[in-house]
Amino acid sequence: MLEITTAHYMVLSASLFMIGVIGVMVRRNIIIIFMSIELMLNAVNINLAAFSYQLEHVVGQVFAVFVIAVAAAEAAVGLGIILAFYRNKETVNIDEMNVMRW
Amino acid sequence: MDLIWLIPLVPGIGAAINGLVGIRLFNKAQSATVACASMGIAAVLSLMAFVDLLGLEAREHVVVLANWIPPIPLATANGIGAFEVPWAFRLDPLSGMMILIVSGIGFLIHVYSVSYMHEEPRGAYARYFCYLNLFCFFMLTLVLGANLLVMFVGWEGVGLCSYLLIGFYYEKKSASDAGKKAFLVNRIGDWGFVLAIFLIFFTFGTVDFKAVANIAAEMPIEIAQFGVLSIICLLLFVGATGKSAQIPLYVWLPDAMEGPTPVSALIHAATMVTAGVYMVARNAVLFSHAPMVMEIVAIVGLLTAFVAATIGLVQYDIKRVLAYSTVSQLGYMFVAMGVGAYTAGAFHLMTHAFFKALLFLGSGSVIHAMNHEQDMRRMGGLRAYMPVTFVTMLIGSLAIAGIPPLAGFFSKDEILFRTFLSNRVFWGLAVLTAAMTSFYMFRLMSMTFFGKYRGPAWQTDNHENETSTDTHGGHGSWHGPRESPRMMTVPLAILAIGAMVAGFVGIPAALGGNNAIEHFLEPSVAVATAVPAAHMSHAGELGLMALSVLISVSAIGLAYRFYVQRPELAERMRNQWARAHRVLLNKYYVDEFYNATAVRGTMLSAKKLWQFDARVVDGAVNLIGWFTVFSGWLSHLFDKYVVDGLVNFVGWSASESSFSVRRIQTGLIQNYALVMLLGVFVFVSVYFIVS
Repeated sequence: MLEITTAHYMVLSASLFMIGVIGVMVRRNIIIIFMSIELMLNAVNINLAAFSYQLEHVVGQVFAVFVIAVAAAEAAVGLGIILAFYRNKETVNIDEMNVMRW
Repeated sequence: MDLIWLIPLVPGIGAAINGLVGIRLFNKAQSATVACASMGIAAVLSLMAFVDLLGLEAREHVVVLANWIPPIPLATANGIGAFEVPWAFRLDPLSGMMILIVSGIGFLIHVYSVSYMHEEPRGAYARYFCYLNLFCFFMLTLVLGANLLVMFVGWEGVGLCSYLLIGFYYEKKSASDAGKKAFLVNRIGDWGFVLAIFLIFFTFGTVDFKAVANIAAEMPIEIAQFGVLSIICLLLFVGATGKSAQIPLYVWLPDAMEGPTPVSALIHAATMVTAGVYMVARNAVLFSHAPMVMEIVAIVGLLTAFVAATIGLVQYDIKRVLAYSTVSQLGYMFVAMGVGAYTAGAFHLMTHAFFKALLFLGSGSVIHAMNHEQDMRRMGGLRAYMPVTFVTMLIGSLAIAGIPPLAGFFSKDEILFRTFLSNRVFWGLAVLTAAMTSFYMFRLMSMTFFGKYRGPAWQTDNHENETSTDTHGGHGSWHGPRESPRMMTVPLAILAIGAMVAGFVGIPAALGGNNAIEHFLEPSVAVATAVPAAHMSHAGELGLMALSVLISVSAIGLAYRFYVQRPELAERMRNQWARAHRVLLNKYYVDEFYNATAVRGTMLSAKKLWQFDARVVDGAVNLIGWFTVFSGWLSHLFDKYVVDGLVNFVGWSASESSFSVRRIQTGLIQNYALVMLLGVFVFVSVYFIVS
């Protein structure tokens, strides 16, 4: 039976992170982008948990819990912004969100 | 006697009341009352002061009213002197006589004016009396002033009042022109007077008459050289020629007849024009020390007397004849001054004031009766219509002609006698002038009062019974010449009495008198000179008197024959001497000459100066202005293109150079995120490569 090592977790974490990054880069729906950001956060969490386990140090897991808590807050704020934006523009397309240009 | 300062002040207050309140509020009766009352008070005060003066041993009283000009250090001939002038009045025989004349005759003329001016509207009436009172204020200041500066205040003041009164009918161009002419001509004289005051202060360190006389008396008589005293006297005389209408400045006086007739009587016959004579008499000591100037004074006086008399022979305007007569008589007074007979001159001044005021007021009465007609050719036969005026004017004419025992005889013969002692040629001319005086005066009388009436016809319809109510006739309803009202005839009568008796104060010794006026005036003109008093037997003096009376009487007879008995003779004379007549009628073309030279010259130089002003001065100013505008425009250009250009260039270049860079700011989050990611890749790659 293949032993699951830290390296596996790293690969999983990196994969998830890259999926998140690509999602942020290429998708146009802001909700999807938002979900991709969550994905990246969770990839980081996996990383933290894996290293916590390997190093037998609890700080990583504590940090992961912090990240989850912050992510929850971020999701609330982010969804609020999206809702406010949708009310103004009636769209969730990121291409329309270009008011901060030159 | 300490109240002599009230004498000028009371008419001054009268003038202030009439001028400040009267013109707006008073009716005619009120303004006339104020004016006449103030003059009456002044006359009474003058009389009281005069009586007091007679009781004084020193025959002199000085009242210092205020310290007018505090001591100012000024350079004089003897180092630094203090220019200090008190507002002081001096009463002495000369000024005592003058205040009696001015306030007495002034009062009569005020009363006369009440009636004469009654046709004027209310405001003009009050204005007239304001001016008249103001004039008396200044004239009394002039004669009472104890120093040259106080006198000068009065001197200028009467000049001002003269201007105001000559131009009283200022809607009339000729009247306002005459006023200006009088003022400007007088200015030339005043220039001399002011210079004389400067020089007197510079020489003597004081301007007080008495102090100057005391110092001057110590100085040598300038017989041979034309020294500082002579210059002072010459300048004073220039002032006197202006005020007293002597050649060459006499031209204003005949024109001054544009004023109301009582004004001519008061100012241009009795009082103001004598100011010059008075001033010379006041400074008798100075003049005595300048015999050369005395000679000039005598010659100018004589020429004036003669020339004015010749002009007077042919004038047709009744007032102009009297005006030239005044000029001529003033010439007489200056002859007296010039030959050193100061008291005789002052005596003639006094008697002349009576009979000339009388004649002017009489002519005013005639003009009034003739409905403002002044041309004697349109009068005649008025004797029957206005007996009082006729009798009084006859007395005045006889007085001026020098018929004994009227006032003019004594004063005129005194002058003639003194002139005879001094210079026979002068005497001859003076007698000739006296003959002409008699002639033109009786020409005037004949043309006005004798012969047939030549004036305009008047309506005699149903107004025959209105003589009592309408004696002088308005412009619209003239009912022929009538005697003037009481207010006018009473002053005439009083003056006629004056013209009859005024001479008795100066009966010469040759006629058994004691020449009281001469002894009375002596202290004022006391001259410490050694002029050899040429004497003559009483018989010779009587002979001269008889001669001059004879000449006068024959001139009167000639005038009567020419203008009453055989008017065609005068006509023939005039045709025979047409050219001379025309020259005289046009007053020797002196006005034209002055116009062509002095007036035109002044105008021309003023015009040239104006052109200089317009071209050069204005040109320079305009050039500077243009230059400023031009340089302003230049710096505007510099500002606009260089300074602004620089600033704009900085802004523009920043904006232009940032153009390509700003494309980065797409506003698309994904772009930014992509760049961030790439950056991370780059940094991580660099990290790995380096380590």
